[in-house]
Amino acid sequence: MVLSAVFFLFAGLAIASAISMVYHKNPLYSAISLIGVFVSLSCIYITLAAPFIAAVQVLIYAGAIMVLVVFVIMLLNLDDAPSLNRLHYLYGVGAGLGGILLIQTFFIFYAVLRAPNHAVAENQTVGKTLSIGSAMYTEYLLPVEIVGVLLLMAVIGAVILVRRLNQPELEKLVDEELTRRNEEDEIGDYRISI
Amino acid sequence: MESVAQTAFPWVVWVVAVLLIFQGVLMIVAYTVLAERKVLGWIQGRIGPNRVGPWGLLQPFADLLKFIFKEDLVPDKSSRFVYYLAPIVALTCALMPMVVYPFGPAITTVDWSFLPWHVGDGIHTLPLTVAQIDVGVLFVLGITSVGVYGIALAGWSSNSKYSLMGGLRSSAQMVSYELAMGAAVLGPVLLAGSLDLNRIIGAQIGSPWYMRWFIVPQFIAFVVFLIAAFAETNRVPFDLPEAETELVAGFHTEYSALKFALFFMAEYVNMFTVSVMVTVLFLGGWYVPGLSHLFEVGSIPYAIFSHIGFLIKICFFLFFYIWVRGTLPRFRFDQLMNFGWKFLLPVALINVIVTIVVVYFLNS
Repeated sequence: MVLSAVFFLFAGLAIASAISMVYHKNPLYSAISLIGVFVSLSCIYITLAAPFIAAVQVLIYAGAIMVLVVFVIMLLNLDDAPSLNRLHYLYGVGAGLGGILLIQTFFIFYAVLRAPNHAVAENQTVGKTLSIGSAMYTEYLLPVEIVGVLLLMAVIGAVILVRRLNQPELEKLVDEELTRRNEEDEIGDYRISI
Repeated sequence: MESVAQTAFPWVVWVVAVLLIFQGVLMIVAYTVLAERKVLGWIQGRIGPNRVGPWGLLQPFADLLKFIFKEDLVPDKSSRFVYYLAPIVALTCALMPMVVYPFGPAITTVDWSFLPWHVGDGIHTLPLTVAQIDVGVLFVLGITSVGVYGIALAGWSSNSKYSLMGGLRSSAQMVSYELAMGAAVLGPVLLAGSLDLNRIIGAQIGSPWYMRWFIVPQFIAFVVFLIAAFAETNRVPFDLPEAETELVAGFHTEYSALKFALFFMAEYVNMFTVSVMVTVLFLGGWYVPGLSHLFEVGSIPYAIFSHIGFLIKICFFLFFYIWVRGTLPRFRFDQLMNFGWKFLLPVALINVIVTIVVVYFLNS
């Protein structure tokens, strides 16, 4: 009883935040709504007896990735950016993808209804830290290693993209950009180092 | 009647426990503020607040009343919704971790059947933790990492450049030092083999005598955690988000009255949180050596004295914060970033690797 009430509360919150994320004009409000989605999802994970996944969801998505997104939005200050010229044929693509998602959902619902019930009791420990850890480093060792290499490549790639220019060139580029902005802007020099 | 009372009993216990902890934490926070002003006064050769009540002991309440009665200003061009949301996020995220704190050992020797309506029948243990969850450490880290938004959004929504700079600085700083903090936490977690705060304390009690507190085998992690904790709570020497000589008051420049009070309280609750984490991870939590010889383990006096020990350890760290604030000057922002990324994080990672190797060979 209580569990399903909590589920419906957070499922509703997640859907409401998702809708508000898509429909908000201001990117920062969209980002805040997305954080709302992540937090509601993690609450649902807790009701599904997966506390580790819930904690990691909040820690990584809401706590780390979205902070970077909010950071970038705040730095760029997109308030007065022109609104996007939406392409109308994309509505069709979106409707198609949504339809596929809906069919998928119904299929999963159907499969769950057909599955025998006793499987649920056996999987009670699936979300626990110990079972996730031992599964990750025995059964799924290869995917974990591959993901590790992939992440390392991403880190090195980011460093190389920044380091394409050596330090004096980079400083010159930033300086030129700032003088250009200052000439456009009447307020004057706003070179503030953070 | 009986079955209704029996069903309702655990809920009543939870509600009472949450209210008690809430009240206790907020009282500790209020008196930390007073202690900070007193201790800073002593360090600087002053007396500190001494007008309200004996030795100024009623000063926190006077301050609170003042905050309530101040005029509540909202900047003209702020984003209203976010402006109101930010202090709420900051304080909520600061207070939420307290449900997993282990305040003391479980009371196991008391027979609860004397309670009316048989509500105590079949209950043998009374844990002094509200929610014993499997991933307590991650829960605390995750919730406090969401607390960054309070500061970042406050800086953005005030529509003031000082606030924005303060908000940006603090998000950059907290994200950077969270990594070092997480890596430092991994050391004790690896030794204990669990993310549950109670089990980490249990593992420290079960260790041989020369490493009964994890501060001994994990001294490097302890130092890294302590330094990162200063940055996480925006305290001197890392209080750049509110560096008053550069940024007026940083992210809360445009906040007044009760909304400012919420930020203020959030900062002190965060201090309490990291003090609890240091105590639990490195100083054995509520474990007081030798206490089990004096009292029976699981009895009420044992729990009370363990709890007092826990509070003394926390108060030491709260004092340590104030002491450092009265002693050290502020870092420059680039020094802060270099220190976090180029020194603290590598040291913490090396510590993790060494710990993994040692634990592997000890277990095999």
